[in-house]
Amino acid sequence: MDTQLKFKDIVRAEEHRRQDDLGRFEYSYKAEITSVHPLTEMENLYQIQIIDPEERRNFKFRPGQFLMLELPGIGEAPFSISSSPVMHGTVELCIRKVGNLTNFLAKVGRGTRVGIRGPFGTSFPMEEMHGQNILLIAGGLGLAPLRAPIAYVQENRSRFNNVDIIYGTKDPSQLLFTYQYDMWRKDDINLHIIVEKANKSWKGPVGMITKILEKMFSKRNDPFYKNTYAIVCGPPVMFKFVCNTLTEIGIPMQKMFVSLERRMHCGMGKCCRCNVGSTYTCLKGPVFDYWTVMNLKEAI
Amino acid sequence: MIFRVIDKEELRKLFYILVADNTVIGPVQKGTDRDGNPIYVFEEVFYFKDLKLHYTTTKLPAKRYFLPFKEDLSTFRINGNDWEKSVDYNIDRPYIFFGLHACDINALNKLDKVLIESVYPMPYYAAKRKNMFIIGFDCIPQPYCFCRSMGADTVLHGFDMYITDIGNRYFIEILSDTAYNFIKTINAKEPKESDHVRYMKTVAEKNKKFTAHVDTTDLTKILDMEFQSEVWEYWGEKCLACGTCSMVCPTCYCYGVEENVEIDLRSARKTKHLYSCNLIDFAEVAGGHNFRFERYVRLKYRYYHKHRGFVEAYEESLCVGCGRCGEACLAGITVPEVIASVRGEEK
Ligand SMILES: Cc1cc2nc3c(=O)[nH]c(=O)nc-3n(C[C@H](O)[C@H](O)[C@H](O)COP(=O)(O)OP(=O)(O)OC[C@H]3O[C@@H](n4cnc5c(N)ncnc54)[C@H](O)[C@@H]3O)c2cc1C
Ligand code: SF4
Ligand code: SF4
Ligand code: FES
Repeated sequence: MDTQLKFKDIVRAEEHRRQDDLGRFEYSYKAEITSVHPLTEMENLYQIQIIDPEERRNFKFRPGQFLMLELPGIGEAPFSISSSPVMHGTVELCIRKVGNLTNFLAKVGRGTRVGIRGPFGTSFPMEEMHGQNILLIAGGLGLAPLRAPIAYVQENRSRFNNVDIIYGTKDPSQLLFTYQYDMWRKDDINLHIIVEKANKSWKGPVGMITKILEKMFSKRNDPFYKNTYAIVCGPPVMFKFVCNTLTEIGIPMQKMFVSLERRMHCGMGKCCRCNVGSTYTCLKGPVFDYWTVMNLKEAI
Repeated sequence: MIFRVIDKEELRKLFYILVADNTVIGPVQKGTDRDGNPIYVFEEVFYFKDLKLHYTTTKLPAKRYFLPFKEDLSTFRINGNDWEKSVDYNIDRPYIFFGLHACDINALNKLDKVLIESVYPMPYYAAKRKNMFIIGFDCIPQPYCFCRSMGADTVLHGFDMYITDIGNRYFIEILSDTAYNFIKTINAKEPKESDHVRYMKTVAEKNKKFTAHVDTTDLTKILDMEFQSEVWEYWGEKCLACGTCSMVCPTCYCYGVEENVEIDLRSARKTKHLYSCNLIDFAEVAGGHNFRFERYVRLKYRYYHKHRGFVEAYEESLCVGCGRCGEACLAGITVPEVIASVRGEEK
């Protein structure tokens, strides 16, 4: 009898029913940075296109999902896809310079090749919101993940009732995507912007996002709240305040969606770095309804 | 299930048949500790006399063979703005594990659930796991073993054969066809009723030897209720946040990823290294915010993941009760004590 064990090559082992899944784990699409557009001192908008035409056609994502962006040798990190889901295989990422990878990215130009894995995570249930009013609420960099559902709304404007974007930053110099505000308004989206600290040229309101909400709600009525969904993106303190205000006026927690941010090293429920309470932000999130968030330990 | 009995001398024969053509990993002794107790480790074995089948517990699990502390996920050849990526699962041959205890095999079965049977199976682990030929070996409960409380003192699958010392002979349980064929090369017999009786007696005697226990009744709920309990701060005060508990744990799999460019600037690698949720920067994000800054919060999280989150997902705990973490902890923090204190039993 042959007493030497056979080596099982799982990549080729035909009996392994999830062979493709195994290969996908470390597979990255090769993509190219096709443009870099500075938005503020700290944030750039990168347009990134998958190189292979076939892969580009097949790459699909839903608003709210994220991907892992890798610069070989420098690092890999999660970023929300900040563009329309209709643009297959070309994504826009709005990235703030904060560390190793993000600072390095700011230095490389167009033409640089990056790896992308994903898309990962849960998304905003846009279809469920058809026929309803939507409040799109962002604080600071939170406008980056919000830009995908905004694009979805623009492309399907007739399917939604009232649409409001409520956006707040520390000061006017930090406002993102200023060049798009007119287009949003043209698409019958009410845009409310507020800053915490005004400068000389600022003519709009000053204060916190909740100030806008309170003013808005004083003019609307019960039937409005009954048929309203909210998507809230921003730092935990911000969405906690906002969601509590929304709860008080009668929007159910299951109709509010937030996106959580945690440290991530895999995006696939393996490294555990993104754990929140008893779950994984990368698998069961980043998009959670507020009811779930309230019931997760350590979430806010 | 197929059972066989062999005379003790036959095991040596089996070992040499296996080692002739394969790499065999087993428990060997590496000196003694301060108290004069033998220290055991899993290592490649060449001679039967070095294989210490009646070992207590190894300091480290056999983890480095299936979840190495450091391994490359991919390597890159860099060419200007462009690069080529290659992926290797870092295994080139099957390994025979001779003498794993039930707890350590159960640990592998738990890891399989997250690392193979989940949405994104992890090929680096799967490739190694599918190339493990496992011979389990019955153990003697130590004072720190609470595997029985965790339902991990016996193992039902995930191995090829399992050997129990029934005094005069070895009783063997055979699960795989490969194991069946190996057994055919030595003199093995169908067990008689008297062997069955001896086996059951051995098991009953072993069961009497367990001294450490953990009460897992309703534990998921209790952990939720006691989330704000001050006992966590008590243990957090003691904890050194060294991460040793995760390193010695057969079921801890958390990791970090790091990328580096080689000095020649023409190649780069993406490396995974095992991490511990007790280390300070486990949940720290760019910009300096740390979701688990306090030591006690991190310590609590380790228990919460093993005894709450994992149970919610898989209906079993991510702890096999091997007691290694408690034995290795310089602060003397043990699972039975922590759980008892959370349950309000004692401190
Ligand atoms: C779901 C999700 C969506 C995100 N979307 C955006 C976005 O649209 N725009 C944007 O600017 N930032 C976004 N971030 C934050 C972004 O991931 C971090 O800014 C980035 O990881 C920093 O990487 P670095 O290498 O520059 O920092 P370093 O401090 O050098 O970090 C090293 C590594 O730690 C991990 N890490 C550090 N901080 C974070 C963090 N905040 N989140 C996750 N992992 C982290 C990463 O693996 C990173 O590569 C998002 C994070 C998550 C979880
Ligand atoms: S529990 Fe013990 S082994 Fe674990 S980190 Fe704390 S001091 Fe280290
Ligand atoms: S947590 Fe401790 S007792 Fe449980 S499996 Fe890990 S090392 Fe063993
Ligand atoms: S990012 Fe690794 S588990 Fe979620």
